[in-house]
Amino acid sequence: MSDLPRMDRRQAIKWMMTTTAVLSLPGSQSLGAARTASGYGTDPNLMEVYKPGDFWPLMFTEEQRKTVAALCDVIIPADDKSPSASKLNVHDFINEWISAPYPGQQEDRKTIMDGLGWLHTESKKRFKKTFIDLADEQKHQICDDICFVPKAASAFKKPARFFNTFRDLTMAGFYTTPEGWKDIQYLGNVPLTRFDGPPPEVLAYLKLA
Amino acid sequence: MAFIESSKTKPSYDVIVVGSGAAGGQSAYALTMAGAKVLMLEAGRKYDPIEETPMFSTPKQAPLRAAGAPDKPFGFFDATVDGGWTVPNEPYMVKRSRRGNGWYEATDISLGSTDQNFMWWRARMLGGRTNHWGRIALRMGPHDFKPRKRDGLGIDWPYDYQDLAPYYDKVEALIGVYGTNEGLENTPNSSPGILLPPPKPRAYELLIKKACDRLKIPVIPAHLAILTQLLDHKKVPAMLHADNPQAAKLLSEAMQTRLACLWATPCGRGCAVKANYQSTTVHLPPALASGNLDILTNAMVREVTLDKNGKANGVIYVDKKTREEKRAQARVVVLAASGCESARILLNSKSKPCPHGLANNNGKVGRYLMDTVGSDLSGQIPALEDCPAYNEDGASAMHMYMPWWLYQEQLSHKIDFPRGYHIEIGGGREMPDAHIFSGLEEFTGGSYGKRLKEDARRYYGSFVGFAGRGEMIPNEDSFCEIDPDKKDAYGIPVLRFHFKWSEHEERQAAHMQKTFAGIIEAMGGKVIGKPQLDGKKAIAPGGSIIHEVGTTCIGNDSKTSVLNQYCQAWDVKNLFVTDGGPFVSNADKNPTLTIMANAWRACDYLLAEMKKGNI
Repeated sequence: MSDLPRMDRRQAIKWMMTTTAVLSLPGSQSLGAARTASGYGTDPNLMEVYKPGDFWPLMFTEEQRKTVAALCDVIIPADDKSPSASKLNVHDFINEWISAPYPGQQEDRKTIMDGLGWLHTESKKRFKKTFIDLADEQKHQICDDICFVPKAASAFKKPARFFNTFRDLTMAGFYTTPEGWKDIQYLGNVPLTRFDGPPPEVLAYLKLA
Repeated sequence: MAFIESSKTKPSYDVIVVGSGAAGGQSAYALTMAGAKVLMLEAGRKYDPIEETPMFSTPKQAPLRAAGAPDKPFGFFDATVDGGWTVPNEPYMVKRSRRGNGWYEATDISLGSTDQNFMWWRARMLGGRTNHWGRIALRMGPHDFKPRKRDGLGIDWPYDYQDLAPYYDKVEALIGVYGTNEGLENTPNSSPGILLPPPKPRAYELLIKKACDRLKIPVIPAHLAILTQLLDHKKVPAMLHADNPQAAKLLSEAMQTRLACLWATPCGRGCAVKANYQSTTVHLPPALASGNLDILTNAMVREVTLDKNGKANGVIYVDKKTREEKRAQARVVVLAASGCESARILLNSKSKPCPHGLANNNGKVGRYLMDTVGSDLSGQIPALEDCPAYNEDGASAMHMYMPWWLYQEQLSHKIDFPRGYHIEIGGGREMPDAHIFSGLEEFTGGSYGKRLKEDARRYYGSFVGFAGRGEMIPNEDSFCEIDPDKKDAYGIPVLRFHFKWSEHEERQAAHMQKTFAGIIEAMGGKVIGKPQLDGKKAIAPGGSIIHEVGTTCIGNDSKTSVLNQYCQAWDVKNLFVTDGGPFVSNADKNPTLTIMANAWRACDYLLAEMKKGNI
């Protein structure tokens, strides 16, 4: 957040700003974003547990949903520490996100929808199959071309920006679940009677002991 | 007495308090504990943190994984109700840098690329902004009350630090503040036994301290209004109400319902166990228990009314539920609606003797609007990669911070801006939210698949962030006034804002960026993005730090100020303003603690004047 007036969501590593107003809002690029009546409103019940679709209808077609699930699993496959993204229904979170009636999400919707269209065309062009039906190495062949914007060939710059947004959303969906927390060893959100600070092994690791 | 409907107000009260946040809560507390009959009017709805705080809820249980959205800018679980930089039905007018020189309705809910000259945050709920605030409770120091004497700029307060020091002690004892006394310049000590012990520093905070020691930047325990242990429910009430056993008893009972911090779940959601200060959990319960407080919510005050002698005799408000206009009467009116909202009420209180609004014979109402200078920078610290995991939640907010340290350099003009800033820090193994890995590809080269999962494990917890919070000097170009045309949904004329940073603030923001980059480098880390050395671009938009103060300035001269040193209007003896409006300087210290101390001092004077029959 070095550069507030030009802050971009994907440049802004979010860290806890419990103190003040500075925070990275999704889609903070959008100007003149008026409130919308069809969001969750300014006074939602915070004590309920919600799921995608509770506040606004979801937009993916069944085919898009399957494609998104497949791409989620290319980005976050299962390994010995945690399941794959689709196993945790991350694709349904992405569906909720791109369907939201807010300007930032609407921007991401266009990026994701255009990108899914490109992915379909590219899969057909290269392998005469839809993305879902590709073998893993075929999926990787496409993703390798678009996985990093700075290194993508000029013809792949736009799909690379799609992939970047998609990866951000996949990580957002995955690492906010209990399984994702466990994977990266977030150990908090439990009540304690005392806070002891970092244990000796942490101090030793950081050469603070 | 209790929560009431607008049809149930009594014919008259001793005092009407407009607003229920830090200022309204503190004012109502001081007045009702002393026996005054008070009617509190709150523009928002009733709010109960015990019932409504989503303690321990996880992002997965919320829409958009609880990420911020226009309806809730600080995220789904933020305590704010019907609030933000826009509020339904309550517009305000701003200038826009990318459009013509007219007035435009404020619409931005995001900081990212706003072209508004000012962003006005409000919360329409009982307890106001205290429900979600950052709990940072720093005292202003001796220099901060006499800035003009020190460097010739800005405005001096009509009283000294020493005049407010006893009230800082009282507020800290009442609400509970952790921290230490370090004896640093202009960073006052509390009296012995007042502060609660600070929590132990987190790992990344120790790492920051190690780097800052080399840079000669002090890193000391922060002062936050969070209970690290139970308050002494015998000693504190007896001390605060030595001559009022009934008040001491009520406070003691209320205090015993508060728990100490559970070291989990963010303070910004509010706290159902009352381990941090919110007006709704600390000020209002004993005030209600006194039997001296009526609270009327959804009551939007439009103006203060006068009797034929020019004294205030009550207010006109709109019952937001029925949209009916109502009146309430009292011997004294205290405005505590937030700096700008109180100024709005005064400016809208027009009558034949006061054609430009109440307490505004010298035209100073609305003048000297200030916010805090804000600028941030984050870094990635390789030393923190793959660090052994531990539960680092702590008190949710920072345990350590850096107070301003270059007072002497400023005095000798070795740096090119006159006022200071403190540094707030964050980072580490915080609760992963929807943005926890945004921007990670800068470090991973665009990894995906199993490598991405390894990268996530490696990089999680290795980021730190620095936020500078600096002093703004009041200037003639920053003020609010009534828009001649626009009205809100309740028919009340709205505010429009003029706002301008000066070179003092812009240079300070650039210095923040340089300092933060220096700390990150000293930690062996990598700055995310680039430090913004152009101060105009480094500074956060006016109003975005939500430290709105000024607009009803206090002073010793009725020609140049709105209020005297006790926040009493020069023009109307039984009218007081106790929120951030009276501030004539906005030190780098977050204003909430000072709002409460100043309000308590004003209310003690009010009570004494009432007793004497002067008001």
